[in-house]
Amino acid sequence: MKSLLIDSMFFGAVISLTAYGIGLFLKKKFKLAVLNPLLIASLCVIAVLLLLNVEYKHYYESAKYISYLLTPATVCLAVPLYQQLELLKKNLKAIAGGITAGVLSSLLGVFLLAKLFSLTHEQYVTLLPKSITTAIGMGISAELGGIETITVAVIIVTGILGNMTAEFICKLCRIQEPVAKGLAIGTASHAIGTTKAMELGEIEGAMSSLAIAVAGLLTVLCASVFANLI
Amino acid sequence: MKLLYQFGIILFVSFLGEILYLAIPLPIPASVYGLILMLVALCTGIIKLKQVKEAATFLIEIMPVMFIPAAAGLLDSWSSLKPIWIPVILITIITTVIVIAVTGQATQYLIHRENKNKREIQKNGGKK
Repeated sequence: MKSLLIDSMFFGAVISLTAYGIGLFLKKKFKLAVLNPLLIASLCVIAVLLLLNVEYKHYYESAKYISYLLTPATVCLAVPLYQQLELLKKNLKAIAGGITAGVLSSLLGVFLLAKLFSLTHEQYVTLLPKSITTAIGMGISAELGGIETITVAVIIVTGILGNMTAEFICKLCRIQEPVAKGLAIGTASHAIGTTKAMELGEIEGAMSSLAIAVAGLLTVLCASVFANLI
Repeated sequence: MKLLYQFGIILFVSFLGEILYLAIPLPIPASVYGLILMLVALCTGIIKLKQVKEAATFLIEIMPVMFIPAAAGLLDSWSSLKPIWIPVILITIITTVIVIAVTGQATQYLIHRENKNKREIQKNGGKK
């Protein structure tokens, strides 16, 4: 039984999809933001692996075919963005200013809090790229001497958190412009947040997609400057 | 066949992104190069919207599922995260809220200011 689960080419993918199905079902049934399908699915998968005593690497052997689609899917984010191109041109200055403010507030926020909690340089640079898309964040963390696995974990937690709370925070801060909402979600919580922005509307989704790329690139430029501060 | 054709184009652009990733020594992943290439190709008409639309919509729709394997990876990174998890989770929560608020407010402020300027220009133009 155990070797079947370990060697299977489909086990990981099947429990991932089943877990996501459970997540969608719970969200539909109770309509609570806490019941985020990705969060529920991830917790279910972790629970199943612990219960069946299957190591993560064996699960990943077959689950990786799901992750394989991540690059093509990110490439596809250009499509909603293209459909909102007029809006992008019209608000170019506001968009550039908004994303820059967001990226700087992220880096500055991590710096001040790291100082407050007296983190080491290694821990600090591990957290520095937490708001941007996983692949860029991992690269920055590795280059600055951070711990890559923790960076990935923190980026994903940030994404899920943004996905769950963005709508509420926007309401609280009276952010009503769809363009502003989309950029806020994408800059703070990358692709995982963007899936929420897509639910809110076409403009929000397109702007969030744009923010993933622009915030990621800006962070590449600024992170090395901030890294020297601790 | 249409979906397969569209998926083929998307994979081809991803592949071009991969080549750029290997050629340029920056921590920018193939997916971001691919996103930019796809946008340029759509804007210049090299790729028409109808050549990728359905497959792209489908891939974006199922995107959350693609993060499950990485998120379950918390299981493996937990041992290294454990000693600092309290400051890490606090920093994560606080900065996420700050970034959403700052980005949203800044963008909204700039949009409103620009709209106001435009209205004033129109108004002044009308007077003359």
